[in-house]
Amino acid sequence: MGKAPKKRSLADKVRKTKTNAAIKNNPFEVKINRKKFEVLGRKTKHDVGLPGVSRSKAINKRKETLLKEYKQKNKASKFVDRRLGEYDAKIAPEDKILQRFALERQRIHEKKDMYNLNEEEELTHYGQSLAEMEKFNDMVNSDDESEEKGLLSAELTASHFGGGGGGGLLRKKTSGEQQQEDGNQRAKSRQELIEELIHKSKQEKRERQVQKEEAQELTEKLDQEWKSIQALMVKKTAKAEHTDKPEEKPKLDEYDMMVRELGFEMKAQPSEKMKTPEELAKEEKEKLQKLEADRLRRMIGEEEETKAQSQTCMSADDLNDGFILDKHDRKTLAYQDGKWNIEEEEREAVEDEEGETGESGEEQESDKEEGEEEEEEEEEEASSEEEEDGQSDLESEQESEAEEKNLRDEGKPKKTLSKEEMKAHQQAAKAELPYTFAAPESYEDLKDLLCGHTPENQRLIVARTQKCNHPSLAVGNKLKLQKLFGFLLEYIGELALRTSPELTAVDKLLPELYALCQMFPEAAAAAVQLVLADAAHSMEEQIEVRGHAPFPTLDSLIYLKLTALLFPTSDFRHPVTTPALLYISLALTKCPVRSLQDATAGLLLCCLAVEYVSFSKRFLPELINFLTGSLHLAVRDKTSLGYTVVPPFRPAGKCSDLLVLSDPESCRSWRKKPLPLSATRCLELKSDLDRDHHRLTCLSVCLDLVKRCCLLYNDLPSFSHVFQPVGSLLSKHLSIQTLPEALQELHREIMDAISSAPTTHRHLVFNKKKPIPLKLLTPKIVEVLDYGKKRGCTREEREKERLKHKYKKEFKGALREIRKDSRFLAREKLNEVMNRDAERKRKVKELFGSLATQEGEWKALKKRKRK
Amino acid sequence: MAPSKKRNVNSRNTSENVSKAAKLDLEGIVDRILESRKHANDIFDVLESLQSEKERDVVSAVDACCRLFSTLLERKELFVGKLPAEDEALSGESSAEDKCRIFMGHRYNACVEILLEHLNHEQFAVKESALCCLMKFAAGQVQHPLEDLEWSEHHSFPRGIILAVVENLTSKTTDNTLLISRFQEFLEMDDVRYYVMSALRESVGKVMEKNKGTLLPVYQNNVFTLMSSISMPSQQSELTNFMVKLEGKPEDWRAAKLNNHKRAFEKMWLGFLKYKLPSNMYKKLLVILHDSILPHMSKPALMIDFLTAAYEVGGAISLLALNGLFVLIHQHNLDYPDFYKKLYNLLEPTVFHVKYRARFFHLANLFLSSSHLPLYLVAAFTKRLARLALTAPPTGLLIVLPFIYNLIRRHPSCRVLLHKPSTEDEPVEDPYLMDEEDPAQCRALESSLWEIKTLQKHYHPDVAKAAMMINTPLSEQEEDISELLELTTYELMERDLKKPQDKKSIPLEFETATQLLKGGGDVLAHHFCLVSDE
Repeated sequence: MGKAPKKRSLADKVRKTKTNAAIKNNPFEVKINRKKFEVLGRKTKHDVGLPGVSRSKAINKRKETLLKEYKQKNKASKFVDRRLGEYDAKIAPEDKILQRFALERQRIHEKKDMYNLNEEEELTHYGQSLAEMEKFNDMVNSDDESEEKGLLSAELTASHFGGGGGGGLLRKKTSGEQQQEDGNQRAKSRQELIEELIHKSKQEKRERQVQKEEAQELTEKLDQEWKSIQALMVKKTAKAEHTDKPEEKPKLDEYDMMVRELGFEMKAQPSEKMKTPEELAKEEKEKLQKLEADRLRRMIGEEEETKAQSQTCMSADDLNDGFILDKHDRKTLAYQDGKWNIEEEEREAVEDEEGETGESGEEQESDKEEGEEEEEEEEEEASSEEEEDGQSDLESEQESEAEEKNLRDEGKPKKTLSKEEMKAHQQAAKAELPYTFAAPESYEDLKDLLCGHTPENQRLIVARTQKCNHPSLAVGNKLKLQKLFGFLLEYIGELALRTSPELTAVDKLLPELYALCQMFPEAAAAAVQLVLADAAHSMEEQIEVRGHAPFPTLDSLIYLKLTALLFPTSDFRHPVTTPALLYISLALTKCPVRSLQDATAGLLLCCLAVEYVSFSKRFLPELINFLTGSLHLAVRDKTSLGYTVVPPFRPAGKCSDLLVLSDPESCRSWRKKPLPLSATRCLELKSDLDRDHHRLTCLSVCLDLVKRCCLLYNDLPSFSHVFQPVGSLLSKHLSIQTLPEALQELHREIMDAISSAPTTHRHLVFNKKKPIPLKLLTPKIVEVLDYGKKRGCTREEREKERLKHKYKKEFKGALREIRKDSRFLAREKLNEVMNRDAERKRKVKELFGSLATQEGEWKALKKRKRK
Repeated sequence: MAPSKKRNVNSRNTSENVSKAAKLDLEGIVDRILESRKHANDIFDVLESLQSEKERDVVSAVDACCRLFSTLLERKELFVGKLPAEDEALSGESSAEDKCRIFMGHRYNACVEILLEHLNHEQFAVKESALCCLMKFAAGQVQHPLEDLEWSEHHSFPRGIILAVVENLTSKTTDNTLLISRFQEFLEMDDVRYYVMSALRESVGKVMEKNKGTLLPVYQNNVFTLMSSISMPSQQSELTNFMVKLEGKPEDWRAAKLNNHKRAFEKMWLGFLKYKLPSNMYKKLLVILHDSILPHMSKPALMIDFLTAAYEVGGAISLLALNGLFVLIHQHNLDYPDFYKKLYNLLEPTVFHVKYRARFFHLANLFLSSSHLPLYLVAAFTKRLARLALTAPPTGLLIVLPFIYNLIRRHPSCRVLLHKPSTEDEPVEDPYLMDEEDPAQCRALESSLWEIKTLQKHYHPDVAKAAMMINTPLSEQEEDISELLELTTYELMERDLKKPQDKKSIPLEFETATQLLKGGGDVLAHHFCLVSDE
């Protein structure tokens, strides 16, 4: 039984004695791993195995590690042999003895100095030199110490004052606190616990110390810095002291004073620094630049992926904004205050517009109203400070508001109503204008709401409605306001269609419309699209029936203008402005000019078209056609034309002399003045003179537009061909001598622009193609992470597969090792048992033997006695 | 008779109830007449009311007449053969039966005359019922001929009535379009159509001769409407729907043969086209010429004169004549000198604006699809179209740009128009001569299509994109322009309007709108104001 290991050990011994080469050459030691197939260029490590060698290696290793552990099992203490060089086989026994002796002597010598308190040795407390501590320069440390002394951890007290039981308490504590841990580490001995405790407390102490040191360092630094700025603050502190605390505590320590001062100073809340006007301007400029860049990008028609810029979020400091955004901003910030603030402002603005008369009286009035409003809104009065703040804010904003108003007023045509009338109206309206409005549910509601108010008040009503129904106030408000946009659009259309178009009201409502549009771009776009589609559809139907259509009515024209104001016209493709442009084009190609009104409407459309393309400089052939046709209407002699007119104009026939002056003398009394928009529908031209004046105005508009077009399209390669008809018409057919000076000037400018344009161009060539890269012949190197099956294509997956494989291999290996370990242990145990048994057998045998001899001797003795 | 007359007068003057009563009355009269010959004289009451002023009365009277005479025709109670004069017959010694028949025959003729007059009545209802009644009479006469059969080779078709109806339909003073469309349903019958065609030919010839070829817009319009509402069968086997019931040998009957139909059709049209036409009718005619007239003529080549004349007219009429010419050239071997030169000269800015744009480009595409065209010609067409594109609306541009590209694809040598790299690098003036009428002399090949370069800046994104294609070599595949031909501006708009909005929100104008007239370069504010100053 016990033979096998012995044999093996014998074999090991034999093997050990042999050289490596000898083993490798021994065919009985070598195991050749058969290869299934050869792989060229691969070096194989494991083609030859030496199972005997590796097994003996493994066994030896186990003997050194596992067996030792096994032997030490269940032994709490162990004997450590610290004898010098006891296990060192290299040192000769004599040397060992000598060295041990020397060491012994040394130790004895040291022991002698144990009570010798020499200066050479430094005494420490808590790891710090006691000598240094004696200097007592560390103030903080001292008072901190007392603090710390009180702070005994529960652990410490429990362990220190736990009573004699010691072990019992400790065990209790561990069982209480570390229930789960206990389960796992039941074997933790008392000694280990105590060790742990000590370790912990030491660590804590160390940490505390480090903290303290850091705090001290910081305090020192602060002190120094304080000293450096102390001088600067002297003046201010003195003053503050005087006002704040007259002579309450005359003997305040300077330091205390400073500390308190500092404390008070800290009360001021940190805020963003005020921006200088330059900074504000810069910011504004940057924002605009960004938006402009955006616009350019859209104009080129790249696919944009940025989200639309929302202009709603602005910093509270931004004072230079347009007032709408400003309002919006304030509303979102603090609606309670903001709401009535805004309304106040608006009224103020109205009053500003009226003039500055009776300001004091009005102020009183407004104060009174303020009170009323507060009651209405049921506002809680906050602290007086706040109110003051609000007031100052209000004032500053009012100022800016007023400025803006003034600015706007400059460009505005004068009001038809006289000042007194206006004022009377406004005051009457003011008396009855409520401050909250329910959002109109239908178009009729809106009409009822706005009916009978002055334009300014209409705007006010819409603005208030919009504020009262801000989406942040209630759930359904968003939808309501979206609908409001549609209603407003309809209302504007109706205003434009009235017998005397109320365009001032349209003008006033525009900012509100813009604000709504900014809030709900999708809904606004949908509403405008609907309006445009309707207009275009009706026109298309007429074209289908009759082949032509009347010019769009004023409401359509206003809608087109609104579209340009609300949406960018320069985009390469825009869901609203592109159809709008198409509508303009349709009107310009399909609506024949039959009267002066038609001509005016056509020119208005041309103006719009020029505005649409003024930024993007896009080519609009219909515009040029129409302008040429309009000028053709002014040509007196229509024979032998050097140009062709394009439908809807005809070379000759009815209505083709529409702009020919009836009396050449009438241009003397003509003066250019802007046409009213209503001229597209009805013209009150009583006399021939009036009619001629209107013709001249149309002609001047026409020429001006041609001039603008010339400048706009200057870069087009076919500029000369595009403007050839206009050029020949103006130069040969239109008699300019009979026209007023201003028109002759325009004429000259156009001719200059046309003649100065380059007529020569390079021949067209295709864009250069990018060179096609040559075929690469170097092999593509693919990293092979593991051979064999290739699952997964991405790098991550392959990596994962590889790791899995590795894990599996390792797992198997570990399992094998563990099995081997347990086998080894079992063998050892068996060995042990066998040895024990053998010993016992031997002993029993011995006993039996001795007993047998005894018996034998005794028998022999008996025999002898018998004999 | 007298009392009944009085009754009629009364009924006319009283309210509607009475007129209803009158109607019942008429029914009663008709019943009575049909019942026994004793009441035959009551027929005058009916004829009286036929001529009344009131529309309602007339219509009911027409109905009554219709019923009365169709029944009489069925019963053969009308005189057959040549109708003797009434007075003679009545005084003569024929039997009472015959006398009665002769009397009814005369009343029948009177009734027909009145009805023919009514065809030009102001009220459509009257016209319509009169027409229906007359056609019913015709049908009745076909079955129970009033003429002696052995004399007639036409299976006794009532040509008289048809001729009269046609002459009245094509009135010189009133526009009978509606009535003619009503008449169309009778034209479904093949023999009716045949006789209508020959009747038309006769009447047109007569009327136009009388007027010495001057324009009669209303008359010609009526004739044209009637003629264009004739839809010809394309095969002999389709000739089945006859008013005359055929018995015996239908082969001898002229109205039963497609060739005869075709000949009649051809003669009718040629007879009509001989005379000068108003220009809008020219257009209408040319629009339908190629598919509803030319295929049904026995010798379409006879139209050459008319078509060449129309092609010379110029403008939209020439465009339309193209279609007919194409059919003749393509299917009937017509050789037309200088066809392409003329086509080239047809290219004017107006081609993009006329109604027939789609048709023109479709044909132009066909004409220019040949790969055997000389290079100079294709280049000239290309360049001219490009030049015209400078004045075209976006829908036209969306046609013409692919059109030009297709031309260049078919004739790869034309690529020099887009790509002329080697020539010395100095800029040149456009050598193309727009005013040159001969495509061979216009120097188009020396030019480049700068116009398309210009259109790259067009305001409509689709056009701009299409124009961008010249930046790179064109693809091999031709584009199909057929679906672009009918595109209208509104449809183009809808493309943008109906496009589902992607979630990306719509870009907005960031410059705050403060005033209506402001913005966009202030062009509007410069010339217009909100309210006039006065």
